[in-house]
Amino acid sequence: MTADGCGAPAGGVSAPAAAGSQAVVEGKVTRDGAAVSTGYARLLGTGDEFVAEVPLGDDGGFRFFAAPGSWTLRVLAPGGLRAERSVQADYGQVTTVQVAI
Amino acid sequence: MSRSDVLVDADWAEAHIGDPHVVIVEVDEDTSAYDKGHIPTAVKIDWKKDLQDPVRRDFVDKTGFEALLSERGISNDDTVLLYGGNNNWFAAYAYWYFRLYGHDKVLLLDGGRKKWELDSRELSTDVPKRTRTSYTAREQDRSLRALRDEVIDAIGKRNLVDVRSPDEFTGRLLAPAHLPQEQAQRAGHIPTARNVPWSKAANEDGTFRSDDELRRLYEGEAGLDFGKDTIAYCRIGERSAHTWFVLHELLGLPNVKNYDGSWTEYGSLVGVPIELGEAR
Repeated sequence: MTADGCGAPAGGVSAPAAAGSQAVVEGKVTRDGAAVSTGYARLLGTGDEFVAEVPLGDDGGFRFFAAPGSWTLRVLAPGGLRAERSVQADYGQVTTVQVAI
Repeated sequence: MSRSDVLVDADWAEAHIGDPHVVIVEVDEDTSAYDKGHIPTAVKIDWKKDLQDPVRRDFVDKTGFEALLSERGISNDDTVLLYGGNNNWFAAYAYWYFRLYGHDKVLLLDGGRKKWELDSRELSTDVPKRTRTSYTAREQDRSLRALRDEVIDAIGKRNLVDVRSPDEFTGRLLAPAHLPQEQAQRAGHIPTARNVPWSKAANEDGTFRSDDELRRLYEGEAGLDFGKDTIAYCRIGERSAHTWFVLHELLGLPNVKNYDGSWTEYGSLVGVPIELGEAR
């Protein structure tokens, strides 16, 4: 991941997040117990307002550094697969969301 | 110029795999995406290693661009089809770059890598071997690029479009939500800027919205005066390249510049005005 890039980091979650002063939302996407490695996780705000998107990693993982608050996590995968979860983020916390699609 | 001159769909791309006059180029920040699988015959460009000056904060000069394209086997007569991850952010940035250095036969793949993947189209791990060329670039077209003094002078006079997320615009975050918030510069936005996040121009699958929807978005909802010149900015200039593509290439507005210094430059300048909160 580049510190000054606007773009997505390398797909997936390589190491456990240390939340520090940040509000971290992370998790993994699976289908029938297996990691979904091709797909996207989107973080949406009120009224479906787009906030961020990352490609899923080889292990189906994703991670966001959000602002505190309530968010919608939406997962898109080939074959028209999609799933949504409500998530709460707070400074200093890692919120973990497991998504089975 | 119209949409069909600059934007093609995945069927068009698939039909031109192996076309000797079309070079498909994937542009990403995360180049491991290319290594994992790319559109067959595509070559890769790393937006940072290949397109940025390794020492100064600037992008590669004309000579550097010529060397890059020659090494990748791209000639002046080739049609270059760009695509990438992140809803084409970096592909749009590269597109702007190709136009800046005078390559007219350049196209963007609608939906980029995401739509290609979600459609379950073929990806290959074969790295093509292209014959080296002798590419000649034109001098940088400065009518497409805004530098900081021009941006400061444009406050209250031209359309300033801040394409970052609302949280970055208002000053609640310093970076997009999928990146650590470790930046040290001041938060906020350039006074008189309208906030039209880049994402509003794209559908969920990464394709661009229709021309009518885009016109309504920028002119109707955001209140841009299409009779005025426009400067788009984000944090480092690639999300705003996406918006530059929309305004200049899809909607055909004549005077649109991308401010590639963007917030990482403006938010660190001493003495310039900054606004916090919603647009005034």
